[in-house]
This record gives sequence, structure tokens and C-alpha cells, in this order.
Amino acid sequence: MSEHRLLSIWFFVGLMLTVFGVIITATGVYFLFRPQQVTAFAHLNPSLWWGLIMLASGTLFLVPSLRARKGRKH
Amino acid sequence: MTLHITWVDWLVVGVYFAFVLGIGFYLRRFARTGEDFFIAGRRNSAWVAGLAFLSANMGALELLGMTGNTYEYGMFVAHFYWIGAIPAMLFLAVYMMPFYYSSRIHSVPGYLKLRFDEKTRVLNAVAFAVMTLLVSGINLYAMALVLRTFLGWNWDACMWISAATVAVYVTLGGLLSAIFTEIIQFFLIWFGLFLVSVLGIIEIGGWQEVFNRLPDSMGALWSTSTDPANNGMRVTWLGVALGLGFVLSFGYWTTDFLVVQRAFSSKDLRSARMTPVIASFFKMALPFIVVIAGLVAWVLARDPGTGFSLLVEDGGVRYDSALPMLIQRYYPTGLMGLGVTALLAGFMAGQAGNISAFNTVWTYDIYRAVIRKKASDAHMVRMGRAATIVGILLSVVTAYWAKSFPSIMDYMQAIFSWVNAPLFATMLLGMFFARITSAGAFWGLIAGMASSFSLFLAVKFGWVSAGMITLSKNASPMAANFWRAWWAWLICFTVTILVSAFTRPKPKAQLAGLVKGLTPVAKDDRLRFYQRPEIMALAALAVFLILNLIFW
Repeated sequence: MSEHRLLSIWFFVGLMLTVFGVIITATGVYFLFRPQQVTAFAHLNPSLWWGLIMLASGTLFLVPSLRARKGRKH
Repeated sequence: MTLHITWVDWLVVGVYFAFVLGIGFYLRRFARTGEDFFIAGRRNSAWVAGLAFLSANMGALELLGMTGNTYEYGMFVAHFYWIGAIPAMLFLAVYMMPFYYSSRIHSVPGYLKLRFDEKTRVLNAVAFAVMTLLVSGINLYAMALVLRTFLGWNWDACMWISAATVAVYVTLGGLLSAIFTEIIQFFLIWFGLFLVSVLGIIEIGGWQEVFNRLPDSMGALWSTSTDPANNGMRVTWLGVALGLGFVLSFGYWTTDFLVVQRAFSSKDLRSARMTPVIASFFKMALPFIVVIAGLVAWVLARDPGTGFSLLVEDGGVRYDSALPMLIQRYYPTGLMGLGVTALLAGFMAGQAGNISAFNTVWTYDIYRAVIRKKASDAHMVRMGRAATIVGILLSVVTAYWAKSFPSIMDYMQAIFSWVNAPLFATMLLGMFFARITSAGAFWGLIAGMASSFSLFLAVKFGWVSAGMITLSKNASPMAANFWRAWWAWLICFTVTILVSAFTRPKPKAQLAGLVKGLTPVAKDDRLRFYQRPEIMALAALAVFLILNLIFW
């Protein structure tokens, strides 16, 4: 076993959801100003609210795992 | 038909590939010993092991296969998630895991060595290795098919690129890499695909409206199962209960090393027992993605006003196009990339699961058991890494072969009934009866596997009619798989008992810790009652019963 401390899997989950949440939300904001009608329900702008849900979920995983890591260092 | 992919979607896909490769490089420093590489250091919590336990099973099958099957067979497909999984997972947690985990084995064939003998272990290890490579090949095939059909990518190039990615991160980080990417895949699938079901239900006009528009043969779970002609799968409740609910389900969830390996990576016995219990709750929720999406696709396709249809190729309907067609219908730029990434993640994590199980069984149960008995720990890790690369290459070869089969799921079930169905009879008898002998287990396994394979060939080439196996005239290929599994199990069960009756069992002193009745029951008095795996298993069983009653 390595002497390095293994980062929690929840950190990686949080990081991934946050990064994807930012990208999806950004497309949703773009569609607010330049609406597209290519897909069904484009008027509901699912990118915006689904992106925000991902961003919030990612933060919920990321922040506690970063705090736990910081706590272990001190 | 190809999905319209923009640079934002490419960015999402690219971030995912960079992410899983980065995880592989990061975890390399934590995979130095055999215990690290093959069993993830036995340090995972029940939640980590539980989500990985479930995700290892969520490959091509869960996503495209099951959504396509729902379009073809209707609500009956939910049986794969409920009766076809939950009782077996809970049985594993409550009754079987103590024997597996306490014996500190690295693999399921390792248990067969301790309980019976070396030849039974090697027989099962070889069968498992072959089955795993076949399944891995199907995963690759399905992935390449999706990329070619829906994105217009080159079949060969995308198969080799994805195989290489999996090879890199599993070779570097071993089981830990596979588990990390499986958990990431779990969240990607929920966030990437659940929205399809939500938007589908909104478009049709609500949950109840979806079921109102379905005929009884498509929308019911049990109430149309008395006569095979009344349901889409053309199978009776007995075929579902015996073939899927008992033999195939217990054979897969309690003995298939691909999933059980995740529980072995737990940090203690309680976590190992909680692994399948936690997984069972999420397994029960999966139909809300795949089955609902399949039903939504069926309803939309029968409403000409929607303009929705499945892909038709070479004159036949491609059922597995149901999910990609819904993604195309609902997902704009960005979300499209997320949906495609969720599919890719499912395929790649499923393949990584197969390869990490294969490299362990090859290294411990074939290479060290037969070829090099005194291999050092460092040598075993090197062999595990080499087996990963060779396994991936063999999967690619298998993928080209799998290309000629028309239905992914039927083929998969056929493979499971060759290997897992008889093995479940061996395990059940071996774990619960000390009188079962090594000779009984070996010949029972041979008879079960040979009979299942013979029945498959006999029906495929028309030597016997499928009705002889399924006890009904209108059985579907899926029903034939259920029944073939049942007969293979029964033949293995019977032969094992008969041979055991005439051969000498192992002394009871050698079976301590391996057989019920000869193993002290481990109790942890520090646990509150609701923390006990048995109580949580009862809660899962209650949810399972409620779901079956709701969708009866």
C-alpha cells in the first residue's frame, strides 16, 4: 500500500458533476438568449435547470470531501 | 440517422475520457501489491462497494439492451430488475457472504478450491474466463455499434480507441480503477439518462397516461403471465419465477465473480454483507430509467402525430435504437453530449468490470493454480497487468464475432445459462451441505454446463423444438433461455447429489468456515438493530414486494 493518502471517490464524483454541471448550465444560459427549437421541449430549456441540478449535486459531494481532506491535514 | 454533435458535446465526451484516464494514472501509486491490484486493498466502505457492485452489471445490457427489450416485450422486462435480482442479492448478503468473505479468498473459484478441490476450481475458472471475455466482447461490440449508428463514427476505430482507454486505466489501477470509474458511471447514467424518462412522461401527458395507452400485454408485470400468449415475452409466471427469478438470477448475483468481487473489496464482513443490500435499493430504481424509456418509446411510436420511430436497418426494426432515438428527440446541445457520455460510460465501465474480474481469475485461479504455483506477489501483479491487455485484445476478437448475433440480450442470457446456472447449484449444495463431495461438485458442473450448451445448440439448429424445453408452444427466445437455465441447474443439482451419495466427503474439520453448520456465526453486538444487514435486507424485500404489487 502506498504511503500517499487516497482521495475519496466522492471527491471525483463531485468534481465530475460540477464540471459537467457548469458546461450544461452554460449551454442553458446561451439558449436563454438564443432559443433553439430543434428538440422537443426546447421551450422548457432543460439544459438550464438540469445543469443547475447537476451543479448543486456536484457541490454537495465536492465540498464535504474537500473539508474532510483539509481536516485530516490539520 | 446520426445524432447532431456539436463542439460542446465533444467537450463533454472529451472531459469524460480525460477524467477516467486521469483516475487511472492517479490510482497507479495505490496498486502495488496483489491485494491492492486484484481486490482494491480490501478497504472500501459498503456504499462504495455497493454502488460498484451494481454498476459492474450496468454495461451495454442495462442501457440499450433493456430499453430495446422493453419496447419489444413491455413491462415484463422489469422482472430482470426485481424478481430477477433482488431476492438473489439479499440471499447473497444474508446467507452466502459470510462464507465468501470470511475465507479471505480473492475469487469465487478460490472458494471452490477450498470447499472442493483444485480441478473444480480450474474448471469453473476456465468457464468464467471464457464467459467473461465473451461478455466483454459484446460490450465492445455494443459500444462500437452505438458510436457508428448514432454518431456516424468508424466501427473499428471507435472500438479500438475505447478498448485502449479501458486497457490503460485498468492496467494502471487494477480493481480500484474499475471501481472508481464504475461509481462515476453510476452517477453519469442517472444524470445523463433519467431526464429522458422525465421528458417522455411530460410529453405523453403524465405517468398514468403512459400506462393507459399500453395494452395489457405490455403494461402488466404478473397479471398476464398465466398464459404465454397474453404477454409480450410469451412466457408463463412459472418460467419467470424458476428460470429468471431463481436459477438465472441466483446464478448471476450470487456466484458471478464480476459482481461478487466488488463485495470482496469491502473493509470488513458487515460492509461486505451490506454491499448487495445497498445495491438492491438502487437496482429496484433502475426501471425508472430503462423500462420507462422503453415504454415511452413504444407509446410515441404508435402515435403518428409524434413522428417518432425506431431505426430500421436491413428491413428489420432495431429495438436497441429506442434510447438513442429518445436522446435525439429530447436533448439539445450539451445534454446530447451528456447522454452520449452516459452511454459510453456504461459500456466502458461494464467492460472494465469484466476485464478486472478476468485478470484476477486468470492470475489466481489458472496461472498460479496450474502454471506457476510459487509466483511472487510482484510477479502476480505483473501477470495481472499483462492479463488485462491480453483480455482486452481477446475481447476485441470476440466483438467481431458477436457482430453476427441479432439480439444482444438473448445472447447474453444464453451465456449465463451455460456457466452461472449450474454453478449456482454447486454453490448452494456446497455451502449448505457438508455431505456434498468434490467428485459430486466436479461432475455435477460438467453435466450442467454440457446439458445447457447442448440444449442451446439443439434448439438453435432445430434438432428439438423450443416447446419441448419451455413446456409451451409460443415461447420467445428469452423464455427458452429461462427454461434452459432451469434444466441446466436441475441436472447439475441432481448429478451432484447422486455422485456425492457414492463418494467420500471431506472431513468436517476441513470444512470449518466454508459450510453452514460448521461455521461459527459472527455477531457484532455494537450494531444497532437497523444497522444489521438482515434488517436492511428485510426493508429491501418490503420495497420489492410493494413494487410488484403496484405494477401487478
